[in-house]
Amino acid sequence: MSNRIDSCFAALAKQNKKALITFITAGDPDLESSEKNVLAMLDNGADIVEIGVPFSDPIAEGPTIQKASLRALEGGVNLDKIFKMVSSLRKKTDKPLLLMMYLNTIFRYGTEKFFKLCKEHQIDGVIVPDMPFEERDEVKAEADKNGIYNIFLVAPTSKERVKMISDEAKGFLYVVSSLGVTGARKEISTDFSDLLSPIRDHQKVPACIGFGISGPAQARTMSQFADGVIIGSAIVSLSEKHGKDAHKYIGEFVRNVREALDA
Amino acid sequence: MNEKGRFDVFGGQYVPETVMTAVHELEEAYDRYKDDAAFKEELAKLYCDYANRPSLLYYAEKMTKDLGGAKIYIKREDLNHTGAHKINNCLGQVLLAKKMGKKRIIAETGAGQHGVATATVCALLGLDCEIYMGSTDMERQSLNVFRMNLLGAKVKGVDSGTATLKDAINEAFRDWVSNIDTTFYCIGSVMGPHPYPTMVRDFQKIIGEEIKAQLKEKEGRLPDCVVACVGGGSNAMGAFYDFIEDKDVELIGAEAAGRGVDTPDNAATMALGTMAIFHGMKSLFLQDKYGQIAPVYSISAGLDYPGVGPEHAYLKTTGRAKYVSVTDDQAVEAFEYLSKTEGIIPAIESSHAVWAAMEQAKKMTKDQILVINLSGRGDKDVYQVARYKGVELDEQ
Repeated sequence: MSNRIDSCFAALAKQNKKALITFITAGDPDLESSEKNVLAMLDNGADIVEIGVPFSDPIAEGPTIQKASLRALEGGVNLDKIFKMVSSLRKKTDKPLLLMMYLNTIFRYGTEKFFKLCKEHQIDGVIVPDMPFEERDEVKAEADKNGIYNIFLVAPTSKERVKMISDEAKGFLYVVSSLGVTGARKEISTDFSDLLSPIRDHQKVPACIGFGISGPAQARTMSQFADGVIIGSAIVSLSEKHGKDAHKYIGEFVRNVREALDA
Repeated sequence: MNEKGRFDVFGGQYVPETVMTAVHELEEAYDRYKDDAAFKEELAKLYCDYANRPSLLYYAEKMTKDLGGAKIYIKREDLNHTGAHKINNCLGQVLLAKKMGKKRIIAETGAGQHGVATATVCALLGLDCEIYMGSTDMERQSLNVFRMNLLGAKVKGVDSGTATLKDAINEAFRDWVSNIDTTFYCIGSVMGPHPYPTMVRDFQKIIGEEIKAQLKEKEGRLPDCVVACVGGGSNAMGAFYDFIEDKDVELIGAEAAGRGVDTPDNAATMALGTMAIFHGMKSLFLQDKYGQIAPVYSISAGLDYPGVGPEHAYLKTTGRAKYVSVTDDQAVEAFEYLSKTEGIIPAIESSHAVWAAMEQAKKMTKDQILVINLSGRGDKDVYQVARYKGVELDEQ
């Protein structure tokens, strides 16, 4: 079973380009706007989009995504409605789409039903920030059965865990840039050669850096250490600021990052 | 399934990757020190000389006669230094943190008792201390906020979500993820990722061990029933643990029904909760059909939590412990009853256990013995109860 994530990275490697992965919170401020935002990102150079499924208590998020989750939940968004949006998106794009969500959302929905619906709606992978490697069996069997990748994360504290995690990684490895929660940062001081060297020797999948990347210049710097970059909060803050008109600004922002990565 | 730290299916270690190394480091340190003679001796000395252990087991004669059922004993955790059972756990964890070389302690607090206990031990052992507290709780427990400040701790108000205990825990987790190298997260209940539920229970199990020894001395036998209130569940786990193998001892947990289990305003996880994965553990939680954690309500800030520790979820599903729901009205009635009958003002949290015990004792015979774990003192709740009863106090 081929996965869009693999073909996406294969194509990028051929062109010698870095991956640009972008994030929005679904339903902020409403699902129509989210759909426009996703398409604006893909039209302006994003390779993969992560669709954030809002959770009442997002412990891995900083204030920007916390507030977006709250706005989305107040607007009445839920997983069923998000699947509908994905169906609509799939008529317009064939690029990889991921769901970023907390484990309880999957667990409560029913793991079997959830991954079956992911396959039906052509979701390519999930990122579950509160499910560490050791608890991956919560989703593994169902994700594998349906060809959905569970994207693993490594952090600056992972150290000797990096090899164990990267050995089983599928799609790509999500490299958390620095300690702490999500949110744009002015500076990222992590020593990536130190963090990523254990991966390099055994690398089976591309590695992409996320958490705290605020704009084009920083994206370019970070991309030198990895196969791609992931940008979330900086985009969500445009949604916060511009609401239903955000897609124009988000498109422009993504285009600028793409140009910086390709320059 | 990851078998580590499981009570059957409950428990586990559901935390972000950034925290995993710290959780493992804590596991290793705890495994090493829990059987270390010097550590145990140091902790025992602190329990005894600083925290006023063993706490009294008091025969509540007037209450017993008034209710006309089982003989009632009250385990006086309210007489511990800082006025609640919370100090047992804080002495254990902060001492462990110091052995691990951590410089900074963070904690969450609901009613403020765990915050006060953490701030107290940090003052004693010389560690920096920051306490996360929901801004709603800061209002209803302003005295405890001032108390924590007096003890040298910084109290950080949390406005996100429902601005109560659950949100304070979220924020403490976020702090921990950001400061993992220097910071020890002193969780206040038998909850969170492994090893916390086990470790906190171990630091609290002295309650049940003392009850057993004291009652043996006074009555020459085991109790028939032990009753404790349950929010996250640390005082109940502490009181129950030593009796789990004594199958004839009935264990009853009293949770908060707020305005009633048939209203939306409650915190009755045991009556209404379903299995969820949240705050590092698989356990029972109040949640909606999409897994969003439900806002909860109780007059008691300490029981105002949408979940319960995994070992309680296990004791419930195996039937070893029974859980009852007690409303605000009933808790306030028990608060007044114990004050007037025995001259003991119970914490509003503990008042839930007092009510459940009153109900239970009436059903029991005079030759039976019931023990109430009185987890905390009620001075902190006087304003709140006055307000509840519509009494205006000038001081506030």
